[in-house]
Formats: sequence, structure tokens, C-alpha cells
Amino acid sequence: MGRLLLRRGIETLLVLLVMSFLIYALIGLMPGDPIDLMLSADPRFTTADAARLKALYGLDRPLLERYLRWLQRALAGDFGYSRLYGQPVFAVIWPRLLNTLLLMGTSLLLALLIAIPAGILAALRPRGPLDTLVNLLAFAGFSVPSFWLSLMLIVLFAVTLGWLPAGGVASVGDGGFLDRLTYLVLPVAALTLLTAGTFLRFVRASMLEALEEDHIRTARAKGCGTARIVLAHALPNAMIPVVTVVALHFGSLLSGALVVETVFSYLGMGKLIYDAILGNDYNLALAALLLGTALTLLANLAADIVYLELDPRIHESL
Amino acid sequence: MRASETLASGRPAGLLRRFRRRPAAVASLCVLVAIGILCLAAPLVARLLGTDPEAIDLLGRFRPPSLAHPLGTDELGRDVLVRLLYGGRISLLVGLGGALAASAIGVVIGILAGWRGGLFDRLVMRVTDAVIALPLLPLLIVLAAVDLAKLGLPAELAGGAAASVLRIMVIVALFGWTTVARLTRAATLSVKNREFVLAARALGAPPRRILRAHILPNVAAPVVVATTLSVGNVILAESVLSFLGLGIQPPLASWGTMLTNAQELIFGAPALALWPGLLIFVTVLTFNLMGDGLQEALDPRQSRHR
Repeated sequence: MGRLLLRRGIETLLVLLVMSFLIYALIGLMPGDPIDLMLSADPRFTTADAARLKALYGLDRPLLERYLRWLQRALAGDFGYSRLYGQPVFAVIWPRLLNTLLLMGTSLLLALLIAIPAGILAALRPRGPLDTLVNLLAFAGFSVPSFWLSLMLIVLFAVTLGWLPAGGVASVGDGGFLDRLTYLVLPVAALTLLTAGTFLRFVRASMLEALEEDHIRTARAKGCGTARIVLAHALPNAMIPVVTVVALHFGSLLSGALVVETVFSYLGMGKLIYDAILGNDYNLALAALLLGTALTLLANLAADIVYLELDPRIHESL
Repeated sequence: MRASETLASGRPAGLLRRFRRRPAAVASLCVLVAIGILCLAAPLVARLLGTDPEAIDLLGRFRPPSLAHPLGTDELGRDVLVRLLYGGRISLLVGLGGALAASAIGVVIGILAGWRGGLFDRLVMRVTDAVIALPLLPLLIVLAAVDLAKLGLPAELAGGAAASVLRIMVIVALFGWTTVARLTRAATLSVKNREFVLAARALGAPPRRILRAHILPNVAAPVVVATTLSVGNVILAESVLSFLGLGIQPPLASWGTMLTNAQELIFGAPALALWPGLLIFVTVLTFNLMGDGLQEALDPRQSRHR
């Protein structure tokens, strides 16, 4: 198992390295040019000045050389300054990351609290009326456009009913816990609804499979009650793939958070990435994208580890 | 031996019967056909109503629904219904085109990986693992924001509205091929060493003929299902990018671009935000339900699990 983890760890690092190069190259292909942006504010600069500045920052060098120089600095912890915020990149990112993790963590928890009981109930009577209803809702959950769901929540709860704020993270002059909580409700609701459907389908499928195992039939034959069969015999097995799916879902949760944050003006990583890309903030976009990728890859690695820890059957097949 | 009588799919008649037994899938198909026909008939509807989808009427902004404008008018006085139908053409075109392109790439890569095996196979599987593990949307946004002129394309080609349609399809295909590649590879592996393939080989059939006559029909079932399911995802991806202003460019419009302005207008005209999103939702939902129904019809063994 140690060797397997080592291999997966090295693979993860390799993927991250390849991705860092790809993202670096792509960011360079975005519209605009950092030097032109610097100079556009001041008409006294000439094209000769621009060329000199380009040489100074090494922007006239080939892509690979620029990337390697960036990588060298990045490995030393220097990701440069953000153009939009005028601060070191990670000083901008950390508070945003905390906001996003709060949003994602709460939504994930709520989605599981919905998906696990609903999935179990649906699996108990496949094709029954409850199963049909739950399935339809799950399909709706992963078919609804994330931004539209967010807009509709705003229309209903902020515009029509006026119960909750339409966007932001806190009222001006009030940063109390309850105040911040009211701003969190709608984004969390949106992300939860978007996520729960997928989890529900997995819980249901996994539960159906677990209920067909031989030891369940034995337990049933011995007169074991349904509640005990489900909770004590089937659920532990059924949860193993679900744990993996949840960890593997980190990337799409982050994608969902990006949209939800943008619509609700919630100051998180997703909105930061979006603003950085649109605002030509190259250093910030690069670092934030890489951090998002690294976290997603880490979540995947965690999924592998958890899977190995939870399911002793895997060891035999390795 | 014709390969159509081999695995998974069974006879077409049985397939149809099993598909018909799924009310949700049949209803979805009907809804989709209706939406498709309406979108194709967009010019006809526009003429019937006597409106031009591009005509701006600043005196007739935000009209409530009426006979002349069944769903009212938008912030520039354009008829919402007609614009929805024209937008649907783009959304459906991108959805179908993107999904088909992604599947085509996936089938080729999957068959090659499964058939050839070896280093290519291992490489493909590692790459699919990596692509599946990535946070998709941020990367799609970067790709959508890339300035094609910097890649050496002429400016009018790179920045045009038609190019934006093509670009979205390419981007989606670039990330969307992995599921189909995996399924195709698995299906190829499972039939590669079966008797009828071995027999064809022993009879001296060239690899190209074996692939076309024996392997391809057997990977068709999972590919059809995966493609149907991915149309919905492609439409979702397109709509998100367009909503964020990075997808379809004006003067063309898709359901996603119609929602771009909706957020600023949400306090004054919430109905404008309702319709395009509802259509995306219904279209994606029906594609997903239909894919699910197809899956069960094609693979009744697994139907209890889905």
C-alpha cells in the first residue's frame, strides 16, 4: 500500500507540473499584454520604452524559458504581485480561500445530509413511488443551470419576499456572525441543491448493490429487522464508494462555487479567479487556478487513501 | 457473421419496446422533439407574429405578454419568444455538435487504446484520469478567454460571432472525450478476445475490417448513451460560459447569453431571467432522462441499479 501511495503521489505531482505549464501558456494567450497595460495609463511612454520593459521582465524570451523562470520563483514561494489588488498574490488568495471553503464545506455537509437518507429510502423500494420522485428530483438537481438556480433564488427570496440579501458577504458596518450568516444562506442553498442530486444517485446505486450481497440475505433469513439490516449491515459497505465519490467531486464543487460566487458577489476563490481572468491579472489568475487544481488533485489522492483504508477487499486485488 | 447480433444491444424491436416502457424517457423525447421543431421553425414564428428578432424598439421595452408578444419584450424591446427560439438554435447546435465531436474523439482514442494496449493505452488512461480530476469550469473559462489572434489566426476569424460558436464546441470536445474513451476502451477490451473476433482474425480479416464490422457495433450502445447524456452537460457548459460573457458573442445569442443582462434587471424584470433558464433546464433534464432511459433499454441487466 505504501508503494501504491507513493506512485499515486508522484503521479499527482506530475499532473500538477504539466497543468502548471499548460495554464502558464494559456494565461499568456489571453487578450492584452502586461506591459501595454502598464503603459496605457501614461502617454509619455514610447514603443522603445515598451520594448525595454519587455526585455527587463524577460517577456521577449521564449515560452519555455519564461515558464522555467516562473517555476523557479514559484517553488521559492514567490508568485508575484496582483495587478488588481496591489498585494502579493497569496495575501489576496488566503481570505478568499477561507470564504470558499466555508461555502463548499457547508454545502457539502448539507448535500450529504439530504442525499444519504433520501438515497437509502429510495433504494429500499426500487421503482416505488418514493424512488421515482426522489430520482426525478435528483435529475433536476444536476440538470439545472447553476447560475439560473442562483438567479431564481434571488428572485424568490431577495426580490419577491425580501427575506435575504441578494449578494455580498456582510452588511456595511455590521460584520457580526448572524449578519454574515444571512449572506451565506442563499449561496449555500444553491450549491447544496446543485450537489445533492449527484450524491443521491450514488448513494442509491451503492445501497442497491450492498443490499444484494449474500450476507444481507443471510441476515434477512435469520429474521433481522429492516432497520437493522440497512443501518448495520448494508450502510457501512454502501458508504465506501460514496466517500470516494464525494472526494472526487471536489473539482465540480469548485466549478459550482465559481458560478454561485459570481452571481451572489460572494468574495471567494471562484469569483477571484473569474475577476482575475477578466481583469488581466495574470499572476493572480495563474496562482489561483493552480491552487484550485492542486486542491482538486489532493482531494483525489485523499479519495484513493480513504478507499484503501476503508475497503480491505482492495488489498487482495493489488 | 454480422456483429449486430452479438452483444448488449439486442434486436432493435426489443430495444424500442424496452424504451417505450419508460414513461419519463418517452415524455422527454416528445418534449425534445417539440423544442427542436419550434427552434427550427423560428423564422416562421417570427413572421407569424410579424416581428424581427433583431429589431430594437426602445419605446416598447419590458412589455408584458400580449398577443403580438406572447412572452413580452426585453430590455431593447425585442420579442422574447422569438429570441428564445433563435437562441435555442445556437444552444442546441452547440450541444449536439460539441457532444458528437467529443464522442468521435473518444471513440477513436478508446478503440485504439483498447485494441493496441501497451504504452499508448497506459498513457491514455493516465490522461483521462487527470482530465476527470481537474476543476473543469475555471479551465474552460481560461480557454474561452484565450485570444485566438495571439495564436496567429486572422483577427476577423478569431473574433467573429460564428467563431465563438465553433470555439465553444472545440473547447467542450477537448475536455469531453474522456468518458466515451473509457467506455469504448472497456467495450473493446471485452470483445477483443471473443470467439467471433478470433475467428475473423483467423480467417485473415484485416484489422480495419475487424474494427469496423465487429468492434464498432459492440461499442455503439454505451457510446450512444454517453453521448445523449453529454449533450445536456455541453449545453450547461455553453450556457455558463455565455452567461459569464465568454461564450457565444453578439449578435448571435444563445439561452445563456440571454441571461447575461438578466441579473442587473432582476429587480425590474424578473420574468426575463425566467424563460431562457427554464428552457435550458427543461432541455438538459430531458436529455438526461432520455439518456437514462436509453441506458436501461440497451442494458436491461443493469436496469435495477439505475
